[in-house]
Amino acid sequence: MARNVTTAKRVGWSIAAWFVALLIFFPILWTVITSFKSEGAAIAFPPVFFDFDWTLSSYVEVQERSDYLLHVWNSAVISLGSTFIALLISIPAAWSMAFNPTKRTKDILMWMLSTKMLPAVAVLVPFYLAYKNLGLLDTKLGLIIILTMMNLPILIWMLFSYFKEIPGEILEACRMDGATLGQEIVYILTPMAVPGIASTLLLNIIMAWNEAFWTLNISASQAAPLSAFIASYSSPEGLFWAKLSAASTLAIAPILIMGWFSQKQLVRGLTFGAVK
Amino acid sequence: MATTQMRTTARLMLAPSVILLLIWMVVPLAATLYYSFQNYSLLNPITSFAGWGNYYYFLTDPAFSSAVVNTLLLVGGVLLISVVGGTFLALLIDQPIFGQGIVRILVISPFFVMPTVAALVWKNMMMNPIYGIFAWLLSLFGLPPIDFFAQIPLLSVTIIVAWQWLPFATLILLTALQSLDGEQIEAAEMDGAGAVSRFIYLVLPHLSRAITVVILIETIFLLSVFAEILVTTNGGPGTATTNLPFLVYTQALLSYDVGVASAGGVIAIIVANIVAFFLMRIVGKNLEA
Repeated sequence: MARNVTTAKRVGWSIAAWFVALLIFFPILWTVITSFKSEGAAIAFPPVFFDFDWTLSSYVEVQERSDYLLHVWNSAVISLGSTFIALLISIPAAWSMAFNPTKRTKDILMWMLSTKMLPAVAVLVPFYLAYKNLGLLDTKLGLIIILTMMNLPILIWMLFSYFKEIPGEILEACRMDGATLGQEIVYILTPMAVPGIASTLLLNIIMAWNEAFWTLNISASQAAPLSAFIASYSSPEGLFWAKLSAASTLAIAPILIMGWFSQKQLVRGLTFGAVK
Repeated sequence: MATTQMRTTARLMLAPSVILLLIWMVVPLAATLYYSFQNYSLLNPITSFAGWGNYYYFLTDPAFSSAVVNTLLLVGGVLLISVVGGTFLALLIDQPIFGQGIVRILVISPFFVMPTVAALVWKNMMMNPIYGIFAWLLSLFGLPPIDFFAQIPLLSVTIIVAWQWLPFATLILLTALQSLDGEQIEAAEMDGAGAVSRFIYLVLPHLSRAITVVILIETIFLLSVFAEILVTTNGGPGTATTNLPFLVYTQALLSYDVGVASAGGVIAIIVANIVAFFLMRIVGKNLEA
């Protein structure tokens, strides 16, 4: 039975909720608006909200001045590359633990999770030195390796929890029919797990895209993804808010949209299944 | 009914992940431990055994105690804002409101903004003492502007980080809230329980697990806050916003002192492990259910 709610009450709650939501969203909205201003309008005081000459000039300039597309490309290669490699490693592992569990499966899962608890800063020094010697500093490959390993445990955990939900009888049946292990994975499990794999992928891409410890410390100019590139706007050489906003809007837009689509699965992934 | 062959295959498929993660964990850790007992500076190629010297130096550095305090204040402040605020926000969104889906999307959005963007947008367009939104809001009330990063640097960083993590808490708590049995609430309502007692005796106990999870997961991430500090205050003024990770970074990549930085890294591990211990117990319990 749905609770009876008076319209007045509903309107009241709605106004309160929308007000708070817009307040929280405001910095993002403000960034998007500012990105369409000229530099002069961007620092106008009092601030102008809609009544200014909308222009795309900041977007054009960001690309011309800073080779913006290079950093977009870096972000894309690094986040997609690390996600893809991690997926290739984690699918078999998750499959193995979900369908052929042993006494130690739980311990292995917990141990994998525990590697996530290692603070990045604790291993910064050895990585920095090793990368320096191997020539991996400021390379996309170097960042892909780190991000792959960083997100591997979460991928395995999420895939494991999705695989677990596939009923074992289906597997029994196809084994009876003489399907090989390879066929079983490719034709039965993977299609059934596609929704789970897709949301796992999204979460992983989001986290890799937004990563801002290793990207800031390991990359400089050549391999810098957007998160590191945007940080270069922190230098106090002047107020380029319109350009900062344009660069920021482009950097967060794709991830924001992905995030909106994946928010339900996100809870599960980020809490390691503790909250569904 | 797994055959021997199946079991072997299963092990083979698990092996790459286990081996890679083992290397990923053990090698850098061993290196950090090793370096932490060496006198090793990137500026001076001669290394020697340092004993506990690096630890002594790191722990007695006045910046260390302030870094510990800053770390605790930052983690505690963000936790307080995100858990209390997140609970109220989740309750608010869970009400019968128009456009709930959109409200949810608006509230969760900051979580997807990369830390460097969040920090710079707040630092400039929101908190700038001359042109920022806050300066304008204060001026509407005839108040003088606040120079956020000079007057209240740590609080400013806390606000920025809380803006990113409040959505996370809200999303998790909202998900937990929506699994609450509506009939129970109705029954309590019919028995004459007011909104406050319904919240204290029904909702809060139901949320307690989710709140614990939020606190632990956020703590793990908040112990490593770095980008927000780097692009806003660079740890300053002085060491006012230097937390533990930032102090290690300063030692390693700015002072080039590998030994001391490694000792700091080991201390960061110890702190993180204390938190991890509790998180793992909760997650582990869930695995059995």
